[in-house]
Amino acid sequence: MTATLQPPVRRRAAQAVPVRLERRLDQPGRIHSALLPVGSLLLAMVLVGVLLGIAGHDPFAALSQVVSAAVTGQGSISATLTSATPLLFTGLAAAVAFRMRIWNIGGEGQLYIGAICAAGVGIATGASGLAVALPLMLIAAALGGALWAAIPALLRAFLNTNEILTSLMLNYVAGLLLGYLILDSTSYWRDMSGPTALVYPQGKSLASAAFWPGFTGGGLIIPLGLVFGVALAVLVFVMIRHTWFGYQLRVTADNAQAGRYAGMASRRNLVAVMMLSGALAALGGASQVGDFSHLLDPSGLQQPQYGYTGIVVAALARYNPLAVVLSALFLGAITNAGLNLQSATFPQSLTGVIEGIILFCVLGGEVLSRYRFVWGRR
Amino acid sequence: MNHGLFVALLATGILYGTPLVIAGLGELLAERSGVLNLGVEGMMLMGAVTAFWVARGVAGPSILVLPLAIVLAGVVAAATATIHAFLTITLRTNQIVSGLALTIFAGASGLSSYIATVAGLGGSPATHTLRAINVFGLKNVPVLGPLLFDENALVYVSWLMVVGVSLYINRTRPGLHLRAVGEDPHAADSMGISVTRVRYAHTIAGGAFAGIGGAFYTLAISPEWSDGITNGAGWIAIALVIFAFWRPTGVLAGAYLFGVVTSLGSNLEARGVQLPSELFTALPYLLTMIVLVVVSSGLGKRRLGAPAGLGIPYARDGG
Repeated sequence: MTATLQPPVRRRAAQAVPVRLERRLDQPGRIHSALLPVGSLLLAMVLVGVLLGIAGHDPFAALSQVVSAAVTGQGSISATLTSATPLLFTGLAAAVAFRMRIWNIGGEGQLYIGAICAAGVGIATGASGLAVALPLMLIAAALGGALWAAIPALLRAFLNTNEILTSLMLNYVAGLLLGYLILDSTSYWRDMSGPTALVYPQGKSLASAAFWPGFTGGGLIIPLGLVFGVALAVLVFVMIRHTWFGYQLRVTADNAQAGRYAGMASRRNLVAVMMLSGALAALGGASQVGDFSHLLDPSGLQQPQYGYTGIVVAALARYNPLAVVLSALFLGAITNAGLNLQSATFPQSLTGVIEGIILFCVLGGEVLSRYRFVWGRR
Repeated sequence: MNHGLFVALLATGILYGTPLVIAGLGELLAERSGVLNLGVEGMMLMGAVTAFWVARGVAGPSILVLPLAIVLAGVVAAATATIHAFLTITLRTNQIVSGLALTIFAGASGLSSYIATVAGLGGSPATHTLRAINVFGLKNVPVLGPLLFDENALVYVSWLMVVGVSLYINRTRPGLHLRAVGEDPHAADSMGISVTRVRYAHTIAGGAFAGIGGAFYTLAISPEWSDGITNGAGWIAIALVIFAFWRPTGVLAGAYLFGVVTSLGSNLEARGVQLPSELFTALPYLLTMIVLVVVSSGLGKRRLGAPAGLGIPYARDGG
C-alpha cells in the first residue's frame, strides 16, 4: 500500500468517531480537582467488582469483608492505621519525587535500608532509653535512606543514567541485603542467643525501653510513626508551597528551561529531592522497626510491598503531600484487608490488582483535568 | 580457563538469557514506535502464569499443548499491554506512571499471583515442559554441540525472532513506518502514516513478546509456579534495550551476558566456591546499573539509537 492511497480511508474513520480530546485552556476548579480522584476511585471499585464476579466471587461479600476488616470490625481501625503508617511515608516519598518529575521507584529498597539502619542503632542504644534511642534511630534511618537514594540521584545528575531503572535495581539489592543479614549470616542484626537460632533465623530484638510508644484511647491505637508521618506531610507541603527551595523545584519541574534561565541549580535540586524522597521512605522503615516489629524482619518488610504501594498512594493524592494522608489511610485499609483476610474471596494478591486498577483509573481521570471532550468534527 | 565451566556457563547463560531476548525484543518494538512500557515485568508474569496454567491443566501430547501454552501466553500479555496502549496513546497519560501501574496490576503481588491462587497452581509441577532438541544429532560436537544444537524449541524460535525483528525494522515498509513514527510522529503523520495505529500495534506486539518470554520461565526454567517467578527480568529487559542502543542483535548479545551472570552463582557453587548466595543473586542487578552508567555516560551523550519521540504522547494539535 502506498501512502498516497491512504488519506480517503482515514478521513472516513475520523468521521465515525465524533469525539476528540482538546486541551483545556483554563485551570480546573477546586471542586473539579477534588472530585476527580473520588470519581476515579468509584470507577475502580466497579471494575474490581466485575473482576471478582469473573473469578466467581460475590463482589458485595468481598466488599463487606473489606469494610469489616478495615473499619467496622473489632480493632480493625487500629489495624488499618498500622498498615497506613508505612504507606504514609512511602507515599510522601513518591509524591515529592514524582511531583518534581524525578522518578524514584526505589522507595521499597529505601524503606529496607531505613529499617536496617534503625534496627542497628536501636539494638545498640536501646538500653539507654527512648530519649536516646528514638532520635538516633530516626537520624540513622533518614541518613541511610538519603545516601541509598543518592546513588541513583548522582548517577542521574552527573552521568545522565536513567534513575527509574537504577533506583529499581537497588530495591532488589536492598532486599537481598536484608535476607543476608538475617537468614544467611551471623550479623549484628541477627539473634544468635536461643537454642533454635540456627534453625529459625530471626532478628535481634530492641530493648523494650526503645519501643516507640503509641497513643491509646477510645479503643484505638495510634502509632507514633503515624503522628510523625502526618507532621512530615505538613512540613513537606509547606516546603513545596511556601519556600524558595520549593518554588525552585516547582519551576524546574514544570519548565526545566525556564528554571535554567533563572539560574536555578537543576542538578543540585534533583539530588536534593531524591535524597529527601529516600529519607522519607527510610523513616517508614524505621517506624516498622520502632513501632511494630522491634526487630529486623525481612519477610515482614518485603511481603506487603509498601514501597510500590506508595506510588499508588501518591498518584491517588495527585502528588499533594496533605492529600497523601487521606490516600494512605484508604490504601492502608485495602492493604490491611489483604494482609489479615487471606481468604479465598480476598487473597493478598488481590491488593496488587486493586491498586493497579485504582492507578489506571486515576491516570485516566487525570485526562479530564487536562483535556475536555469535544463532540463533533473539527 | 576451565573448559567445562566455560561451556556450562554459556549453556546456562543461553537458558537464562532467552526470556530476556524475547521480552527485550518486544520492548524494543514498543520503544521504536515511541512508547516506553515499564510494564514488562507484569506482562511477563501474565505470560508465565498463563503458560503454566495451560501446561499443567490441559491434557494431550506435548507437541500440541506447548505451542498452545506459548500462544495463549502471548495473547494474554498482549491484552495486558492494550491497557497501557489505551492509557498512553489514546488518553495521552504519562507513560512512566502507566507502565508502573501495569506492573503493580499484573505483577508479583497482583493479577498473575491472583490467577495462580484462584486456579490453585501452587505446589505441583507442570505436566508439559520444553525439552532440548538434539538437532541433526550434533549435540556431542565439542563446545558448539551443547550450545547450538542442544536447545529447546523456544530458544531456536528466539534466534529467528532476532533475525525477523531486525529485518522487519530495517528492510520492510511497516518497519520504515515504525521508525518514522518513533523518530518524528508529526512528520510521519503528515506523510499519511497513522501514528495511533502504529503505536498500538507495536505496543501490543511488544506485550505478546513479553508474555512469550515469561512463558519460558514456567515451561523451561522452573517446573513449578512461584509468585514473581521472573524476579525482575522484565526490568532487566528494559535496561537491555538501552544497552543494545535499540538494535535487535544488541539485545541478543546483552541478554546472554546477563544470562551468564545470572547463572554464575549456581555454576561456581557446583564447583565448590563458597560465597554468600545473595551476592551472586545481586550480580545481574548490579551489572544492569553498571552497564547503564557506562552506556549513558560515555556513548549515550549522542543518544545513539534512542527514538527521538520516545516517551512523548502524540497529539496532532500539539496538545
